Amino acid sequence: MSIFVKTPGPLTTVQDEGRFFHQSSGIRPSGVMDVAAYEAANALVGNENGEAVLEMTFLGATLEFRSAAWFAVTGADMQAKLDGAPVERYRAIRAEAGQTLAFGMAANGCRGYLAVRGGIDVPLVMGSRSTDMSAKLGGFEGRALKAGDVLSTIPDGGWTPSDLRYDLPVYESAVEVRVIPGPQEEYFTASGVGTFFSSVYEISPNSDRMGLRLEGPKIESFSGTDIVSDGIVFGSIQVPSGGKPIILMADHQTAGGYAKIGTVLSFDLSKLAQARPGDTVRFTRISAKDAQALYERK
Amino acid sequence: MENMKIVPAGDRALVADFGNVISEDVNRKVNALKKSLSAEKAAGVREMIPTYRSLLVEYNPSMITMQELSRRIELAAAELDGAAAETEKRRVLEIPCCYGGKYGEDLADMAELTGLSEKEIIDIHAGTEYRVYMLGFLPGFVYLGGMDERIAAPRLKTPRVSIPAGSVGIGGSQTGVYPMASPGGWRLIGMTPTPFYDPTSENPVLCEAGDYIRFVPITPDEYERLKKEGGAS
Repeated sequence: MSIFVKTPGPLTTVQDEGRFFHQSSGIRPSGVMDVAAYEAANALVGNENGEAVLEMTFLGATLEFRSAAWFAVTGADMQAKLDGAPVERYRAIRAEAGQTLAFGMAANGCRGYLAVRGGIDVPLVMGSRSTDMSAKLGGFEGRALKAGDVLSTIPDGGWTPSDLRYDLPVYESAVEVRVIPGPQEEYFTASGVGTFFSSVYEISPNSDRMGLRLEGPKIESFSGTDIVSDGIVFGSIQVPSGGKPIILMADHQTAGGYAKIGTVLSFDLSKLAQARPGDTVRFTRISAKDAQALYERK
Repeated sequence: MENMKIVPAGDRALVADFGNVISEDVNRKVNALKKSLSAEKAAGVREMIPTYRSLLVEYNPSMITMQELSRRIELAAAELDGAAAETEKRRVLEIPCCYGGKYGEDLADMAELTGLSEKEIIDIHAGTEYRVYMLGFLPGFVYLGGMDERIAAPRLKTPRVSIPAGSVGIGGSQTGVYPMASPGGWRLIGMTPTPFYDPTSENPVLCEAGDYIRFVPITPDEYERLKKEGGAS
């Protein structure tokens, strides 16, 4: 059971939900950027155990199935074709041995996901198959895929797809996300906090899986934003002394020394994962209490 | 607990924060709180990240509410007041270190910068027990506290492109060990054969926050022998 990588695209990695319970040792969680698209991809092919998928960035991979497999394509619209025939997104599809699945440029969104029934089989490292490129850990040899790599997949047994359906996501180029203030909002002046919540920021080309750097009005602090290092989560918004915010994403470090003005609500992180350089972001305030209520209603 | 505040870090984490300071007392409290909450094994609590000054507690809001978790942290902290935080058991790890020469290329420069002899620098560096305040930056990278200011030295103006794993360095008032090959600007004074990070091991990281480290000078021959044996000291 394997898949041959003909061309990898600029950044294609093996990811699952992330590597947890080792952050206190300085090990980054990594994991998929767009959790919603990842979960949908796995659910569509009946994977129930947090199986590993491929995450592709801007331009997708060209892959040859060396054995028959069920697969699903989610996230960014990378106009996938199976032996030249358009592939429907958010649907379980059968590939036969020898067929080629080719992804193109993302027409909408930024990150595309490919789940294969059974999951991509790379060794579990500290409980996860995610690629941590900074520590060269996990995933496929701790790195992004290259042409010629052969990915094993876990045998799927017999399986018939369910009639699970999803609405196709449409990713906007002007994103609005909700932010829970803190944990260091008090480092910023009222005017600085006002700037943050009323301005439009643009995602810099200098952004990656570690963080989205934003261009826009500077956020005023009282006397700098250096702090004694404090823990970081996926979605923490730190403001270095230059005043321009950085949203920390899946490959974030475990702790950092800049004051954090707020944290993006986790339900809104997928929008950021799919945003591209040049897209804009606006922040709206939500209290921690109101955020908690979103879970209670579920 | 006095001076502790609990603040949200988003909808899935709370931070128990003891203030913007580096102090052994504060760091002990952080550690003791982590131990107490780990022992409690509350449903919905995921992982905890201790730092110099705070404990970040990740949780699943579908299993435990922010209010409930906050209450549990308050209770755990209240019980720690007084004696508990101070009776922390001291685990001291002896780390063999081969100083100077090709093992610590910057030791000679350090002698010039500090006005001390190489031997004096080694004696001071190896004569201190360093507290592991936290880990971060790289897998297994320890933030150590307690270095003698006499051997403090500014970082290199131009960082090295790659420093081998096991390098022991000084950067400003800090000392530490590179757990894996990495670029870096610290001045290198020695090498340890003891691996601080091994992703293939069941315990991938040697130290945890709250441990103490003491460097034990070894000869190049001892270094090579220990290195061959896999770094076990």
